[in-house]
Amino acid sequence: MKFTLSWLEDYLATKLDLDGVLEMMLKAGLEVEEVHNPADDLAAFTVAKVKTAEPHPDADKLRVCTVDTVDGEKQIVCGAPNARAGMTAIYAPLGAYIPGLDFALDKKPRKIRGVESQGMMCSTKELNAGEDHDGIADLDSKIAMGTPAAKALGLDDPVIDFEVTPNRPDWLGVEGIARDLSAAGAGRFLTREIKTPASKIECDQDIRIEAPEVCPIFAGVLIRGVKNGPSPDWMQKRLKAVGLTPKSLLVDVTNYISLDRARPLHAYDAEKLTGPIVARLGREGETLEALDGKTYDVTPDMCVIADDSGPIGLGGVMGGQSTAVSDETTDIFLESAWFDPLRTARTGRATGIISDARYRFERGVDTASCIPGLHLAIELITAAGGGKISDIKVAGTPPPQQEKVAFKLADVARLTGLEVKAKDMRKTLTDLGFEIEDAGEAYYVTPPTWRFDIEQSADLVEEIARTQGYDALPGQSLPPPEGGRGAVTTTIQQRVRTARRTLAARGFLEAVTWSFMAKEEATLFGDTPDSLTLANPVASDLNQMRPTILANLAHALQRAKDRGERGTALFEAGPIYLGDGPKDQRTAVTALARPSNTRHWQGTATYDAYAAKADLLAVLDALGRPGSGFQVAAPRDAHWHPGQGASLKMGPKLTVAQFGALHPRVLKALDVEGPLYGFELNLNALPQMKARGAKTRSKLDVIDRSPVRRDLAFLLADTVPAGDLLAAMRGADKQLISDLSVFDIYAGAGIEDGHRSVAVEVTLQPQGETLTDKQIDSVMAKIVAKAEKLGASLRG
Amino acid sequence: MSDITKIESEALAAISGAADLTALDEVRVTELGKKGRVSGLMKQLGKMSNDERKEKGPKLNALKQRVSDAVEARKAALEDAALEAQLSTERVDLSLPARPEQTGALHPVMQVFEEIAAIFGDMGFSVAEGPDIEDDWHNFTALNFPEGHPARETHDTFFFSPQPSKDGEGQDAAKVLRTHTSPVQIRTMMAGEPPIRIIAPGRVYRNDWDATHTPMFHQVEGLVIESGIHMGHLKGCLIDFVKAFFEVDAVEARMRPHFFPFTEPSAEMDVKYTRDGDTIKIGDGEQWMEILGCGMVHPNVLRNCGIDPDVYQGFAFGMGVDRLAMLKYGMPDLRPYFEADPAWTRHYGFKPWLTPSVSGGLS
Repeated sequence: MKFTLSWLEDYLATKLDLDGVLEMMLKAGLEVEEVHNPADDLAAFTVAKVKTAEPHPDADKLRVCTVDTVDGEKQIVCGAPNARAGMTAIYAPLGAYIPGLDFALDKKPRKIRGVESQGMMCSTKELNAGEDHDGIADLDSKIAMGTPAAKALGLDDPVIDFEVTPNRPDWLGVEGIARDLSAAGAGRFLTREIKTPASKIECDQDIRIEAPEVCPIFAGVLIRGVKNGPSPDWMQKRLKAVGLTPKSLLVDVTNYISLDRARPLHAYDAEKLTGPIVARLGREGETLEALDGKTYDVTPDMCVIADDSGPIGLGGVMGGQSTAVSDETTDIFLESAWFDPLRTARTGRATGIISDARYRFERGVDTASCIPGLHLAIELITAAGGGKISDIKVAGTPPPQQEKVAFKLADVARLTGLEVKAKDMRKTLTDLGFEIEDAGEAYYVTPPTWRFDIEQSADLVEEIARTQGYDALPGQSLPPPEGGRGAVTTTIQQRVRTARRTLAARGFLEAVTWSFMAKEEATLFGDTPDSLTLANPVASDLNQMRPTILANLAHALQRAKDRGERGTALFEAGPIYLGDGPKDQRTAVTALARPSNTRHWQGTATYDAYAAKADLLAVLDALGRPGSGFQVAAPRDAHWHPGQGASLKMGPKLTVAQFGALHPRVLKALDVEGPLYGFELNLNALPQMKARGAKTRSKLDVIDRSPVRRDLAFLLADTVPAGDLLAAMRGADKQLISDLSVFDIYAGAGIEDGHRSVAVEVTLQPQGETLTDKQIDSVMAKIVAKAEKLGASLRG
Repeated sequence: MSDITKIESEALAAISGAADLTALDEVRVTELGKKGRVSGLMKQLGKMSNDERKEKGPKLNALKQRVSDAVEARKAALEDAALEAQLSTERVDLSLPARPEQTGALHPVMQVFEEIAAIFGDMGFSVAEGPDIEDDWHNFTALNFPEGHPARETHDTFFFSPQPSKDGEGQDAAKVLRTHTSPVQIRTMMAGEPPIRIIAPGRVYRNDWDATHTPMFHQVEGLVIESGIHMGHLKGCLIDFVKAFFEVDAVEARMRPHFFPFTEPSAEMDVKYTRDGDTIKIGDGEQWMEILGCGMVHPNVLRNCGIDPDVYQGFAFGMGVDRLAMLKYGMPDLRPYFEADPAWTRHYGFKPWLTPSVSGGLS
């Protein structure tokens, strides 16, 4: 909402300057967004007197003027046809920036066709202050030399733009702004007298309300014989200052009152109306060509204004083209009604129409403003355009006054800590237009007809607090919490922290990427139910909640490669979505890397599926879950390479993670170059660690017996995973076997086709006595037997 | 006696003349071995009279000791020389580059989340969470956004298509992506009883994308519900936070009235700052910068969560974490936050061992 300082002063007698007003707005909760003082742009320009104007010796169209300026007498060469001796003009000194031309004058005098020019005389167009037709500005000769140009042109009126919060539609009018600033201490609120006009003609326009729930009151007046020319200068100046283009008297007056009083009005060309005006609900099949030139379908839940021809306006939103006023209009019917906020908002949303009327009605218009609004319009229209007015016709009644609210005075201190005297509270509320019934510890307060945000005591506490100013709030630190302190973070949050730090320590860069992705790409990774498809995505390729983070990381790796990054390792710990319920969100730690293959004199290290496995197991180990607790199985999801991908499971049903190489077909569909290796770890799938009662650890069991190490090599069919062999071997004696380490895999000469040799170092850790040779042989025999059961055979 | 002197001088000469350990061992056997010369002299002791033995014994023992010491000394010298010779063949060029290791980094927003949790954790807050996909009730209605109210429209909400109702009749209201972290207030109050002190960090979503807005961003919500907590505590708590977060001793801050449907009275907080080129200093200066919204929890919100507003009261606040991170660490632009560009992350990211804590400092 924009207004000018002088406009505010119509309603506020204040001694404050601009900064004082801005300060007061801030205090009262009117958040200033921008202040523009046109005078600032024109600071360089002043009024000057042209003493002589002689023809240029060397150019027909130029004149050489001597000009009396604030800088002394100057010789200025001027091309304007209206330059003449005795003229009062606007002077630009050398070096001045000319806003309308977007250039600055030279700092040194310039010769124009051989004659020196020591400045410039400007048109209002060159100052962005108007449209001249005849040349340079030709001012009233009474204006003294040296007067700032902004003042001489009436442009020294600062424009203030501020944010109107949705609870305060009364701030959409200058009057309402002044009332609040007055209550906050800025000055005296001025009520503006509006004359009740005497009617001269009969109102032969009938009006009727058929839908009082959406349009409870509809008032109107007929004005005949209006001259719809331009609106008065002062009105045009204000409208322009706040960014509106003046159109015609009738349009400008309705716009002006909308800004002045937050009271929307609508003018119909009375000649174009047929039959009574009816405020009713729309009917299926009806349409309206609105003032914006577009045709809208009317639905039965919209409020329409109609005459015998059908809809001629959408109530509270926009009028229709067929009955619009034009420059030729002489007879008008002026509407001042009240439309239900919810209905207006719904119609506005359905049609997409954005208008000042909609903006006001959907937030709430003063329920008592219908008649005063008409009175003001009549005053402004007839003053400038003449015409004969009818009596005012009113259908329906204003919506009921808001109910009284019990305001407990003690709530102010209870909720804000502020100590405010009762008489100050009373004054504030009275200034704001509230009516008060004093009941001792409480006031029964009736909100004014322009407030819709007052329902209970707390709402009035805010009125008191903000007029006191929040600077007065007694800031104090929070007292220590009641009771003991538990963990600050949840298990998942702790897991996220651990996983992130583990991966970053292992060389991964942390990414944060969109929670949504392209649906067609999401289908490569899993289910894409419609319940996870956005109805209004910000972009068509960000329309599906992600079932995985892998795709975003893959695209990021491709972008990195395109920028010349060699090998990059990324991870993200964030949400994935399996459904739209509150429990369907999972926290996934997902890592993906492109091998760098950087050559090194010690040999090229590469990142592959085993490296991804090592990173995954490092994360799990950091989370207190060593790798021995998991089984490796075929990948669950099809986006992993079938031969170089795997699931990590706890038991047959619980897949905790998947890792390996991304499927080449998926990479191709994503248009990402491979190979890429990584893992997805579902942090929610990891079971909670058992909570232990005490913090003390069990005693360290010191074993001073040396471990025994023996090597075994097995011939194993390629179809049998080595992990199965190790699991079987470990099963021989879980107590005694402390480690199984694969130190060689060999296939080729000397090894049967379809088989490989798997060499394993077995570590036995005696728990009590030193092992005898007999005991060792017995365990090794058991291990071999377990392996043979799996089809492996011991190599000699 | 000359035997002793002769043997000693010959033995010592042989020892010092031994060129390697093998030769030295031969000398040792020749002199000190079972059949060696020194051993031979020692054997004669048994045949001597007591007096003779008393006189020669110590001399012979001393001889044996000196020869034996000389062997050990020579052995040590030879071993040392052998090691030196071996080491000289083991020389490597350590000026060659070691195998490079990639350096990882943590995302600044995630780091700032941890900083915020550390500060509020110290004030007795715990960290709560809620889902990104919310229903209309949690995101709006329970937070006192009346249906159809224009305040809802300011949120640029992402909607999902309405889904068939579970009871088979009609459709459920469309789910939304939460537009703020405030629904976690509702979930926390519905699930527990006062006293409550939580912060709720997380992702939030609004359908807006330009130079200063991204469709996804991060917020931290705060909620305190206890009896006797008023707006002065809110002001104090937030100033305490701002000082701790920006790691400055004093902050000039102000609160000014604003409107949020879920708080009454409502406020925004501004802090003074100075900008010097790309550097922003928070705490004092000529200009004010808005950093958060806050207020006393609206009585309607408390009632919606089954809490009696005449018994309990409290405050809530919400702040944009991406912007806080920008202010503290100077990222000039919001958009690269979500692009996973390695160069950006290496530059603005954090080392994994920088864990924000009250004791160790935040950054």
